[in-house]
Amino acid sequence: MPTTAASPKLSAPFEQGGPPLADATASDSALRRFLHGLPGVDTVGLEARAASLGTRSIKTTAKAYAIDLAISMIDLTTLEGADTPGKVRALAAKAVNPDPTDRTTPRTAAVCVYPDMAATAAAALAGSGVKVASVATAFPAGRAALDVKLADVRDAVAAGADEIDMVIDRGAFLSGRYLKVYEEIVAVKAECGSARLKVIFETGELSTYDNIRRASWLGMLAGADFIKTSTGKVATNATPANTLLMLEAVRDFREQTGVQIGVKPAGGIRTTKDAIKFLVLVNETAGEDWLDNHWFRFGASSLLNDLLMQRQKLSTGRYSGPDYVTVD
Amino acid sequence: MSDGRLSVFKTYKLYVGGKFPRSESGRVYEVNDSKGRWLANAPQSSRKDARDAVVAARKAFGGWSGATAYNRGQILYRVAEMLEGRREQFVREVAEAEGLSKSKAAAVVDAAVDRWVWYAGWTDKIGQIVGGANPVAGPFFNLSTPEPTGVVAVLAPQESSFLGLVSVIAPVIATGNTAVVVASADAPLPALSLGEVLATSDLPGGVVNILSGRTAELAAPLASHQDVNAIDLTGADAGLAKELEIAAADNLKRTLRPQAVDWSADPGTHRLTAFLETKTVWHPTGALGASGSSY
Amino acid sequence: MASVFAYAPAPESRSVVDIAPSYGLFIDGEFAEAADGKVFKTVSPSTEEVLSEVAQAGTEDVDRAVKAARRAFEKWSALPGSERAKYLFRIARIIQERSRELAVLETLDNGKPIRETRDADLPLVAAHFFYYAGWADKLDHAGFGRRATEGIAGANPRPLGVAGQIIPWNFPLLMLAWKIAPALATGNTVVLKPAETTPLSALFFADICRQAGLPKGVVNILTGYGDAGEALVAHPDVNKVAFTGSTAVGKAIARQIAGTGKKATLELGGKGANIVFDDAPVDQAVEGIVTGIFFNQGQVCCAGSRLLVQESVHDEVLHALKRRLSTLRLGDPLDKNTDIGAINSAEQLARIGALVETGEAEGAERWSAPCELPSAGYWFAPTLFTGVSQAHTVARDEIFGPVLSVLTFRTPDEAVAKANNTQYGLSAGIWTEKGSRILAVANKLRAGVVWANTFNKFDPTSPFGGYKESGFGREGGRHGLEAYLDV
Repeated sequence: MPTTAASPKLSAPFEQGGPPLADATASDSALRRFLHGLPGVDTVGLEARAASLGTRSIKTTAKAYAIDLAISMIDLTTLEGADTPGKVRALAAKAVNPDPTDRTTPRTAAVCVYPDMAATAAAALAGSGVKVASVATAFPAGRAALDVKLADVRDAVAAGADEIDMVIDRGAFLSGRYLKVYEEIVAVKAECGSARLKVIFETGELSTYDNIRRASWLGMLAGADFIKTSTGKVATNATPANTLLMLEAVRDFREQTGVQIGVKPAGGIRTTKDAIKFLVLVNETAGEDWLDNHWFRFGASSLLNDLLMQRQKLSTGRYSGPDYVTVD
Repeated sequence: MSDGRLSVFKTYKLYVGGKFPRSESGRVYEVNDSKGRWLANAPQSSRKDARDAVVAARKAFGGWSGATAYNRGQILYRVAEMLEGRREQFVREVAEAEGLSKSKAAAVVDAAVDRWVWYAGWTDKIGQIVGGANPVAGPFFNLSTPEPTGVVAVLAPQESSFLGLVSVIAPVIATGNTAVVVASADAPLPALSLGEVLATSDLPGGVVNILSGRTAELAAPLASHQDVNAIDLTGADAGLAKELEIAAADNLKRTLRPQAVDWSADPGTHRLTAFLETKTVWHPTGALGASGSSY
Repeated sequence: MASVFAYAPAPESRSVVDIAPSYGLFIDGEFAEAADGKVFKTVSPSTEEVLSEVAQAGTEDVDRAVKAARRAFEKWSALPGSERAKYLFRIARIIQERSRELAVLETLDNGKPIRETRDADLPLVAAHFFYYAGWADKLDHAGFGRRATEGIAGANPRPLGVAGQIIPWNFPLLMLAWKIAPALATGNTVVLKPAETTPLSALFFADICRQAGLPKGVVNILTGYGDAGEALVAHPDVNKVAFTGSTAVGKAIARQIAGTGKKATLELGGKGANIVFDDAPVDQAVEGIVTGIFFNQGQVCCAGSRLLVQESVHDEVLHALKRRLSTLRLGDPLDKNTDIGAINSAEQLARIGALVETGEAEGAERWSAPCELPSAGYWFAPTLFTGVSQAHTVARDEIFGPVLSVLTFRTPDEAVAKANNTQYGLSAGIWTEKGSRILAVANKLRAGVVWANTFNKFDPTSPFGGYKESGFGREGGRHGLEAYLDV
């Protein structure tokens, strides 16, 4: 049986007295210098590493652990124009009690909705421990004035949101106005109060891995509690490679600053196999400190049923079918 | 010109590092024409001369191999131009050395000039013939290019003192190698005169170094020399060639075995490629599929 | 301490491969005992379990095999290239069909992880046969047409005859493919000797030749020791020698064939420099360093066994590297999650151990990844040495194991000078985001393969081989044909 070392406690050269990161955000040019001074990313190497970790074979006890962990990490999401209170209440019920046939099934981490549904979700989830996450800041495009975005956040928090999923201004980022993006995140963070802030980069629109690394650091410097890949509304959402890259960023950020930040891949993760691949990425990149729903989430909806069917298979030895999980 | 004038003899000297030294040993040996008449005294080079020549060749390697192929071609062509200008001298020397009639010797010299021209043209083409992109099955750009092997010891053919000589030197240096050449033992004079041509052809000193003397005496230290990368055994007989090949194995020199060659025939590219290494460089290109961020 | 997310054992099924208790030599299409009846055992290096007993070829067997190959040569070389191609395509297909079986077999006999045999060795083996199959009927277009000797202009290239091929134990089946595919495509017949510690995949290949209907005598497999290899090289009716292995043996072969007409390709040792500049993509560079020296337990001739890291990023890179090495999973090679398998033999393990001791004795600082070594079998933890200078033995000698020597440099010139300061010249790596620096440094490195921002990549279309004492000749690509043709 393969053995691996206990998680290494290596002498981290950056733990104390690292670069004064406050200086990095002192001006637009300072921020640009900082972000462009980050090590580059080689596309092929990054994707090869992600693919290689994807070949890990997670079986039996490890699989059972991973499935329960994955369920507990889901931000069960509905972000449709057609969302109704009924739909949101059904989803909340599912989050609290994912598998009615097996009460040992863990609850999901959160239910993720639009701000106008946050109150409905909060009422439905009250006392369950499942968080209410609300997208905000003119999600998904983020094309609104800052005041409008902040009002959006205020509404969501007032309605009972525990977590805010904001989108960054990709236009500003791509045109190099990093300080504008930074200041907007800072402003949103201030509006969040005690709610945790997830910053969505929409990696599919940032297009390059270098940009995703820069955005990750930008978000972390600005006070994000989570960095999140995508809205689920564009062609390319979470991938093993972009999530691996963001996991490297939170790992390095903690080494430099001592501050731990969470990661949330969202969109496109539909199967247990996919989810386990992401957990392997977490385990072997950021490390086991992130193997907890306080630090890692899946933005997903259909993933949950696949996890439940696999869970049933493990406990009964039979393959399950869609009729044996609930459709909500 | 006029009767009774005493001619001026030429003192034949080695060509090493762009200079014309005598053998450090102080030795000379008599060189006769094909009928046994004395022509000149040639330096009888020693092991130490061979060693000095290797040092000169190594020193010249960086600059010569780093020169553009176009530049090397220009210089090789310049050699042809210089030779053409001294055609009469070489016709006389070849005729004496090989016992040829004046017209046959002239044909040999013309062929030798043309051979320089042939190889001058190859310098910036061989890379395209033997190198190129390899279509690897992955997101990589992969390119193979030929590079010169390094310092090449060349045992020039014993019989063909000039056309053969040129035919073994030119392909070695065309690709950027540098050479230590052991001239035909019995007919070294055209080779030593060629040194004078090379010295006036913009060829950097040390790229070609020419030694005269006993082939076996000079070849042995060259074959075993750890800073020589390759050896052309053309001028060795079968017994010597085998000994040298064994010695050359010590640092795995690239070895070109003696073979029957018609020096007047189309030379092909064989001698160019014999002293080339293939270097293959890989670099990622980016993702092949639509996996999102891809640059 | 147990990890929170401990991967349960995930062993590949052993039942896909059926290993017979004994095997003979494969000569002239038949399996036969050695003339003197000698046999030797092959063991699994991860467990020391005896896998099988195989015939040990002697001089008489070598002679028989060469004669069989010679007899087969006439017809084989006279076949239209298109027919030879189809045999090779058949072989490639059968390898693909049986790839899981062969991967498990190779892992058992060699000790390398199933992840590597499954994802690297076997796909490359099949690809190599596919690639050279396609050349068999296109040799006239390969650019070797004009020859100086005999004054023939425009003659088409001809095969050499019987090729004697000797392969090492680090990539048994892949090295077999590198040798046999181009030899058969060009119309030669072969006698191949696998290494004594890894004879099985070559014997399974013999069975594949039978399934493919390959004419008898075209491929002959002689299992045995160095004496059989020596007899093969010395055999007067062998026209071509192809060897992959140690530089010492390579030199001996070069001496042995001196003064003969035998053509040789030698693919020998290396001490590859992996150069990391301060502007490198660090995370990928760390992966490249790991791939460079820990792929196949470092038992790779082109391993990046010398890490040359720019002094300004030394601490950062070493920190990241140690962190990464601590995640490597060492253990049962058949487990699909194993990254580091067993060392191939007790002898090799002893050699690695001795060189590591020398490194420590000479004052280099040793660090080994904290992992538990299994009690049976031959194992060595991933190890690196810091504070290494060019004068240290671990910076000069090929260790052929999972041991990395870390050196520093200040400027690109110094990096190039140190990288080239070796008698070897097989591989090198460059890590930098600056394109012009890649091209400039690649140009100055005296190495046959240069990987820029990647490492240990192989492809049948890409020529492979060394400068200096790393050998001569190239295998792979169009270049690889030359060694088997009369050009």
